[in-house]
Amino acid sequence: MYSTTYHRVSSVDEAVKLLGDCDEAALLSGGQTLLPTMKARLAAPSDLIDLGRIDALKGISVDGRSVKIGAGTTHAEIHASKEIAAVCPGLHEMTGVLGDPAVRHMGTLGGSLANNDPAADYPAAILALDATIHTSKREIEAGQFLVGLFETALEDDEIITAVSFEAPERSGYEKFRNPASRYAMCGVFVAKSAETVRVGVTGAGGDGAFRWEAAEEALAQRFEASALEGLSLDPSEMLGDLHGSPEYRANLVRVMAKRALAKA
Amino acid sequence: MSNVTMTVNGREVSGEVEDRTLLVQFLRENLGLTGTHVGCDTSQCGACVVHVDGRAVKSCTMLAVQAEDSAVTTIEGVAKGDELHPVQAAFREHHGLQCGYCTPGMIMTAIDMIRRHDGDLDEKTVRHDLEGNICRCTGYQNIVKAILAANEEMSGMREAAE
Repeated sequence: MYSTTYHRVSSVDEAVKLLGDCDEAALLSGGQTLLPTMKARLAAPSDLIDLGRIDALKGISVDGRSVKIGAGTTHAEIHASKEIAAVCPGLHEMTGVLGDPAVRHMGTLGGSLANNDPAADYPAAILALDATIHTSKREIEAGQFLVGLFETALEDDEIITAVSFEAPERSGYEKFRNPASRYAMCGVFVAKSAETVRVGVTGAGGDGAFRWEAAEEALAQRFEASALEGLSLDPSEMLGDLHGSPEYRANLVRVMAKRALAKA
Repeated sequence: MSNVTMTVNGREVSGEVEDRTLLVQFLRENLGLTGTHVGCDTSQCGACVVHVDGRAVKSCTMLAVQAEDSAVTTIEGVAKGDELHPVQAAFREHHGLQCGYCTPGMIMTAIDMIRRHDGDLDEKTVRHDLEGNICRCTGYQNIVKAILAANEEMSGMREAAE
């Protein structure tokens, strides 16, 4: 890891100010992606601004079906929340299979979203849950927030503070892991509300996470796996690499969607 | 450089470190606590797992300065004098190791696992929760056996205490 200067801040305002003052600063939340990237010398921020001790970024509130989760809340805390498990089993499930237990103790919701790794789990969830991303400046709809591979709508001096959504009636998540990295080669989050169904897909799209709209329409008619028979995705829009061809991933999306449905 | 202070195995320690110093480097190089190992250095193998404020974390994926004012427990801090921790004893009893390199991390992960599940562990859960710890010798069979045995032993101890 190249040399860097560490700063601990106690408020979002302080962090935003430091971002402006520093040369090339990076925000450190749980650090479970940033630190390995710095160790591999793929990132070399001049300064690290540690958001880990900002109390205002932590915590989960569930009011009826309205859920709001602070950006600094860890995956383990979300998974351990009985309220989340009760209103949104899909998110409970997802946060129990993300990374490994030690990573889940450190890694945060906001950190993962800001990184927008195309194989991360949360992007599928925020699309399916029609979530709102709250930042230090504004509120952003999930669909607008995710821009592309490792790219979000966040401006340079903008920090995610929370994520909110209305819990769906039913939800489920399933992923197929790369056997070595354990990242999702395809992860599908299915959420059913009174009138609509939303299907978020991560790991498979050539341009990052996406909504599978054809499946949403079919499932809105009939919320069961057989509704997906005959549907297919265009391989030209899928990711292809040494782990799996675009055709393989296109098929995997349907298989994972069926399994997610079985859990919802 | 920063001055960092934390509690390690019940003892307050401090030291002068570069900001980029990893927690595992601070433990091994500044404090001489070499029981915590570095296996992969890429956050995958879990040989470096320690407890920070009661939760298992990978000490190769945390800066020493991030642990300021925290309570850290390493493998050196789990036994009571000459009496092994029940998880350590179970690893010995069930031969849950061969070369032993991954063992400190396995044991710290196992202690955390038993705590999180409050005694409610089965083989499937143990295998799932060992996802972040890699062993290249044992094939995991005896590690799983040791953790389940320790879980049972510790549940019995809890019940006896109640």
